[in-house]
Amino acid sequence: MEFLETLINGLSIGGTYAMIALGYTMVYGIAKMLNFAHGDVIMVGGYTIYVILAQTGYPFLGLAAAILFCVLLGVAVEKVAYKPLRGASPLAVLITAIGVSYLLQSSAQMIFGSAPKMVTLVHINSINIGALQIEGHVVVTLISSFVIMLLLTLFVKYTKVGRAMIAVSEDKGAAQLMGINSNAIITLTFAIGSALAAVAGFFMLLKSPSLTNTMGAMPGIKAFTAAVIGGIGSIPGAMVGGILIGIIEAFSLKSAAIAPYTNAIEFLILIVILLVRPSGILGKKRREKV
Amino acid sequence: MALLEVKDLEVYYGVIRALKGISFKVEKGEIVTLIGANGAGKTTTMQSIIGLIPIRSGSVVYNGNDITKTPCHKLAKLGMSQVPEGRRIFQELTVYENLMMGAYSVKNKSSFKDDIEDVYKRFPRLKERKNQIASTLSGGEQQMLAMGRALMSHPDILLLDEPSMGLSPLLVTEIFDIIKEINKQGTTVLLVEQNAKKALSIADRAYVLETGSIVLEGDAKELMDNDDIKKAYLGE
Repeated sequence: MEFLETLINGLSIGGTYAMIALGYTMVYGIAKMLNFAHGDVIMVGGYTIYVILAQTGYPFLGLAAAILFCVLLGVAVEKVAYKPLRGASPLAVLITAIGVSYLLQSSAQMIFGSAPKMVTLVHINSINIGALQIEGHVVVTLISSFVIMLLLTLFVKYTKVGRAMIAVSEDKGAAQLMGINSNAIITLTFAIGSALAAVAGFFMLLKSPSLTNTMGAMPGIKAFTAAVIGGIGSIPGAMVGGILIGIIEAFSLKSAAIAPYTNAIEFLILIVILLVRPSGILGKKRREKV
Repeated sequence: MALLEVKDLEVYYGVIRALKGISFKVEKGEIVTLIGANGAGKTTTMQSIIGLIPIRSGSVVYNGNDITKTPCHKLAKLGMSQVPEGRRIFQELTVYENLMMGAYSVKNKSSFKDDIEDVYKRFPRLKERKNQIASTLSGGEQQMLAMGRALMSHPDILLLDEPSMGLSPLLVTEIFDIIKEINKQGTTVLLVEQNAKKALSIADRAYVLETGSIVLEGDAKELMDNDDIKKAYLGE
């Protein structure tokens, strides 16, 4: 029973990581850049929820506002900071992304201070099935994240715009020949990634109500790890990687002896997987262009 | 008025002047070929016309509109379609999905079924393999898919970049017959080829490109009999 509880816990944590990892992997696949400021979008979502909750008292209004604000932020950052660097060296883009990350963290600290804010969203009762007892937020996160992953998969596979995203990620030039506006697709990708980050922020606050300006940093890095383990650029890869990291984390935290080393274990697994499969679990080998 | 007119086109790669001010035109209904050796600037010409490479100076006029600065993704809707060098089909998508991408710019969805049937009729092998992932196709099938994909947008002009690349002589003949057929049915063709003999055999007119400049132009049949051309490009 305890095993099953931990597994469900892990799937739930993994669902949150997958939400974040999807943003990394989609942006990498389509804009060919590592957006290291992605984790901080979670934090911006968190503060948006905090502000709206304080003003209105409605947590779901806070979530909606966070999604909207994060989408606008993600799209604006892409336009202002990344788009002018298209074609520049990957290193320049990477440094810019790190700069944006610190800009967001520092701005949040200037506005809200460095003391943690408490954000109590909603209390959801635990669910008992026989001897199985699962916390309410775990169930909500698990179900919502899996539904979102399913919807995203269907969107990419079965809509015209979704297929255009695959086309741009595979060959931007050929996609343009088809009449696909690759800049619009890149903007859309940032919008989707940022919306998912806002949702992830909501899940994180459901689990633990403490909000700081660095709340996105560690989950961001771990989700990035998840995306790389799954195969960066691959949407199912980010889901698999996120869930895997979540399960590892849940089991690792269960044992008092191992718990302090949880992060180390996760990154160790990243190293091992990359040694065995450099392109990640579901990543494809890079094709050489003729 | 020519359907496509290129004037004094100059393209640079960094400091290297890849196209040194070339001019040529394609009349409606023609097959015009641009022949030349590797590195002459054939693909550069094609990619700059379609907007994948920035043009330094000169102009490209298509159907009376200056498209020199028009972004690539707007040209499909204007009736210009390109089969790029190396085919560049979407490897992760199925044959059917690739053809769907070809129709991306087509607003009128009702014609899609007929269009795809037309492509299948022209390339029966694509129909047999419609649910297959494109990366599993052979080279010849990939070329057919790239051509079928380009035809899905009802182009007035089809730009073909090295369609014979990497194909067996038998397949090359098949592909060139199909190009001829597409042209007969009303599509103007601009063809870039290293296989000069094949290209000249189906073209109306030809331009010879050498290190970024046009050195010779004329009727395709006449060029085939030109001694310099025979020596340099036809291996006679």
